Amino acid sequence: MMRTLLTVTLSGCVMLPVTAAANDDKTQAYIDQLTAMGFPAPNENQLVHIPPSMADLEEADIHPELKKVIRRGYGLFTNTQQLRGKNVFNNMNCSSCHLGEGRMPFSAPIWPAAVTLPGYRGKNGHVNNLEERIAGCFTYSMNGQPLEYGSDDMLALSAYHQWLATGVEMYPKQPIYGRGFPAPERPAELSYTNGEKLYQENCAVCHGENGTGLRFDGHTVFPAPWGDMSNNWGAGIVRLHTAAGFIKNNMPLGQPNSLTDQEAWDIAFYMDSQERPQDPRYTGDVKETAEKFGPTFHKHSMYGQVRESDGKLLGDHDNTGDKPFLKPDTVRSRTFD
Amino acid sequence: MCISIFAFRRGSLALLTFVKQELRPHYGYKHITISAKAYLFRTRERQSTVSKLPVILAAIGLATTAGIASAAVSGDPQNGKEVANLCVACHQADGSGKHIEGGESWPRLAGLNATYLAKQLRDIKDGSRTSPTMMPFVNMLDDQKIADVAAYYSQLEPTTGEGGNNADEALLKRGEQLAERGDWSQYVVSCMSCHGPGNRGAGDVFPGIAGQHAGYIEAQLKSWKEGTRKNDPQDLMGSIARRMSDTDIHAVAVWLATQNTASN
Ligand code: HEC
Ligand code: HEC
Ligand code: HEC
Ligand code: HEC
Repeated sequence: MMRTLLTVTLSGCVMLPVTAAANDDKTQAYIDQLTAMGFPAPNENQLVHIPPSMADLEEADIHPELKKVIRRGYGLFTNTQQLRGKNVFNNMNCSSCHLGEGRMPFSAPIWPAAVTLPGYRGKNGHVNNLEERIAGCFTYSMNGQPLEYGSDDMLALSAYHQWLATGVEMYPKQPIYGRGFPAPERPAELSYTNGEKLYQENCAVCHGENGTGLRFDGHTVFPAPWGDMSNNWGAGIVRLHTAAGFIKNNMPLGQPNSLTDQEAWDIAFYMDSQERPQDPRYTGDVKETAEKFGPTFHKHSMYGQVRESDGKLLGDHDNTGDKPFLKPDTVRSRTFD
Repeated sequence: MCISIFAFRRGSLALLTFVKQELRPHYGYKHITISAKAYLFRTRERQSTVSKLPVILAAIGLATTAGIASAAVSGDPQNGKEVANLCVACHQADGSGKHIEGGESWPRLAGLNATYLAKQLRDIKDGSRTSPTMMPFVNMLDDQKIADVAAYYSQLEPTTGEGGNNADEALLKRGEQLAERGDWSQYVVSCMSCHGPGNRGAGDVFPGIAGQHAGYIEAQLKSWKEGTRKNDPQDLMGSIARRMSDTDIHAVAVWLATQNTASN
């Protein structure tokens, strides 16, 4: 079983021939399916890993207690709303952005974090482990309060990440195929008006004309791409290239790569020019915050900038959405000195 | 068309109805500003907003045209009950329809969203959804009757789906996976991600499919796959169905038929 969850590693030490990938039928079928959906095929030196599914978990030869914990992690990842009001203060699930249960390439699959961390992150300027990386998405993307380090839920969520990485070597040397939300090339001009028009045509049927999404029966059906119930200004997806990559590769739901690069960027520009809860790193002054975190983050976002359509200064408020505080105490720097 | 939208702008009712009839295939006000003709070729659909109304009207030169007789779209379930006399032979008095093994099943209408039902009736009538069986019946309905009968069926108690009871366990398990988690290796997004929690429907656009008859679900998915049903907004349903094997279509149909229905 585990053998078929093969990682094609073309690392420096084990110089497999390039055809290794092609020889593995399962990997080839996997790549064929992705290219049929419009995704690029892997480069020769890229690491291709097919993360196991929940059906594979049932078959896996691991302790039943571990299976139980991984299942719990899966449950938290796909229904993070169960932590609403405690750790989550918007309408998101982790799987709202990490599509396909965190397993889809080009939708920031989550397993790479398990094999590349502990590692240095420019965003907070120190070495992070997997728990702190997960905490990052809680702080910003979920506009929340991270699960406590070492808690049952945090352990379960990490276990799910790690299990998806089954078979991959630690600190792989090759770049990982489909990691993150690879962005299409940025076009010369971005149009807010065109972005708005395209959003209304392609996205509003699900996410609503005003970006509110749709909740039904206490569940999020369609998450909110902006507004109080969306991610806050510190979340990765407020960077234009990340949003453009996310949209191009994943939206409209079920129709990846159906928009042109220009369309994906215009929509990203429009979407990321809407208001959302304050960045937890807010100093009390939007200009100052934008400047302080500019080099590592906000130089890619619209935060602290004037929206051309109506002259509004974006992020100039102290609205934290449904979250009754600004900054979780887990956001702190460490020096290991 | 979203009835609620019309209800809170009485003065604009007639005008918008007119827009709707002329430009029915979708309600994307943005396109109307381009040209009414181009509009007809699009199949995308969206709910209209009141705030954009003046733009629509101005664009098609109706803003100043007053006094067009109102063809109200708001449905009256009481009147709809009478209209439904035409429908009982197939959809049954309780709106439960029927699973017909090997034949053409009659969909359950009881408890489905009224806006969705009305859209289907209009689509069948104008040919954007084809059903030779339904055609003579929708032809007897004007917009008012459509709204009334849709309102009537939407408030009936949902009934149980048929056609899934004898399915074997492996098939049901596969169906459950597709409905609740999808199969991303085929890029088949879970049905639930659009059809809502428990596949019981979400809003006016995404109908409830849990507790629908297996025969009907299967037939619809196959007609999307073959391209004979294409009245869905933005090809949302078609792009999923085209990636499904016939076995998977059967599996998800029988599983959904065994599921509990609630409102929507
Ligand atoms: C609003 C969208 C959004 C939500 C919701 C979200 N994330 Fe993320 N996540 C991102 C973005 C953006 C990145 C960075 C991708 C990149 O590298 O460009 C990311 C990266 C990650 C990574 C690192 C992946 C890697 O390649 O190293 C992990 C792990 C992760 N998220 C876990 C989670 C978990 C767990 C949750 C739920 C608690 C979550 N995310 C919720 C947007 C989101
Ligand atoms: C058929 C419904 C549908 C359409 C159309 C659609 N989305 Fe989504 N979108 C979803 C769903 C569902 C999710 C969450 C994924 C999940 O839960 O599986 C999502 C997630 C997102 C997210 C990440 C979470 C958030 O809300 O910030 C963004 C951003 C997004 N969509 C933007 C778009 C854009 C832009 C378009 C138009 C190009 C679009 N979507 C079209 C259903 C849709
Ligand atoms: C002779 C049998 C028959 C009669 C009578 C009949 N229907 Fe139908 N109806 C069907 C069949 C069969 C379908 C499925 C058509 C298809 O496969 O697309 C259907 C589909 C529908 C649908 C679409 C349901 C959905 O979930 O999309 C609606 C709404 C509907 N009928 C309403 C009515 C109304 C209202 C009447 C009476 C005015 C009526 N029908 C009379 C057989 C009938
Ligand atoms: C990307 C969104 C999306 C996904 C995912 C999706 N659907 Fe749909 N589905 C729709 C829309 C929109 C409609 C309504 C079409 C219309 O208005 O005519 C629909 C309609 C249907 C209908 C017709 C219902 C009726 O009463 O006539 C069936 C059956 C159906 N879907 C089954 C499924 C199944 C089974 C799955 C999962 C394998 C699925 N859908 C996944 C968007 C989706």
